[in-house]
Amino acid sequence: MLEVGNLACSRGDHRLFSGLSFSLHPGQIMQVQGANGSGKTSLLRTLCGFLSPDEGEIRWRGERVGDLGEDYYAELLYLGHLNAIKDELNALENLQMSAGLAGYTLSEQDAIAVLRRMGLQRREHLPVRVLSQGQRRRVALARLLTTDAHLWILDEPLTALDVGAVGLMQELIGEHLSKGGMAIFTTHQPLQVSGVETRQLALS
Amino acid sequence: MKKSSLFGLLALVIRRDLLLAMRRRADVLTTLIFFVMVVSLFPLGVGPEMDMLRKMASGVVWVAALLASMLSLPRMFSADYADGTLEQMLLAPQSLSVLVLGKIVAHWMLSGLPLALIAPVLGLQFDMSAPALWTLVLALLLGTPVLSMIGAVGAALTLGLRGGGVLVSLLVLPLCIPVLIFGAGAVEAVTSGMSVVSNLSFLGAFMLFALVFTPFVAAQALRISME
Repeated sequence: MLEVGNLACSRGDHRLFSGLSFSLHPGQIMQVQGANGSGKTSLLRTLCGFLSPDEGEIRWRGERVGDLGEDYYAELLYLGHLNAIKDELNALENLQMSAGLAGYTLSEQDAIAVLRRMGLQRREHLPVRVLSQGQRRRVALARLLTTDAHLWILDEPLTALDVGAVGLMQELIGEHLSKGGMAIFTTHQPLQVSGVETRQLALS
Repeated sequence: MKKSSLFGLLALVIRRDLLLAMRRRADVLTTLIFFVMVVSLFPLGVGPEMDMLRKMASGVVWVAALLASMLSLPRMFSADYADGTLEQMLLAPQSLSVLVLGKIVAHWMLSGLPLALIAPVLGLQFDMSAPALWTLVLALLLGTPVLSMIGAVGAALTLGLRGGGVLVSLLVLPLCIPVLIFGAGAVEAVTSGMSVVSNLSFLGAFMLFALVFTPFVAAQALRISME
């Protein structure tokens, strides 16, 4: 369970939000809403621990995330604006490397199966630099299929994706929630996971 | 899914960085060619005065090695920073210091090690004796890792800054002066018939000291740069 209490965050001299409190339980999904510049990305980055909040605290399973450190990261998957994939490597290598950095080894067979499911058949061995934006995003999103993290923090996961891939994302998030996972995301496109009510958090 | 160990992580990061460098060879070669060029300019500029060349050889090679390793420093973290991989590295559930150590080792294998291996060939231009050449290689093998390690701290601190490339040199070069003094001193000691043990011991001590502290400091600097 993720609990956020009285969180305040500012960039430079500008206070983005303050007094923000919410909690997220297993099986729940929450969408962070707000205009451009309202602090959606900053909130997600604060939850990941990249930014330290001005006030307030973030607790994971009742403990402060600052004290948990690497134990918290092991249960966290963050997908940001940047794809975190290397142009020089192919999709397969990228997936295996990011699995390695996340602390587990992924066999080539499993990686290929995952890439197939992401709709990247026959693209596994191409350098990522020759793929389209949408395909690169799919390579990045393939990480969702290889992780056993409980908390997914997704910043604009649907950018550059076509209708089919958006459907696949909804399916993936649905599976994750049904296994007791949690997800927080931002998006400007509609994302509806069937059978689960998406909670809304509005930043002004 | 099998969990990987700390050593596995170290090996993975080294393998990854070497693989990326192999796919982008120009970056590695520029450092090496810069080193060869700078060292080769001195005999041409000074002229064929063997006594003078022999005297300045170790200093020239060391200064060139220092500048060449500065050349590749800004790239140590910047590519990972630009494409978001660094974010994922900071979120890795293992020690960030070990991960940074992996990047340092890979950086040394791509910048320091080639310099040390090619140095004897360049030393011939300065009419260096065989014992002096061996000492030079040994001193470079002990000293260049320190440059990579101190450089990693500088590169991490200046990450994402405009003009970071120059700034990292200004930060790191003064800290590398002891390595320069003892590295060049080792070769001088051999040519004047003294023991090289003290100079090499100092270099070894610097390396161990840097090995203990710099990965941790660089990891903290990366966290600060990410804000």
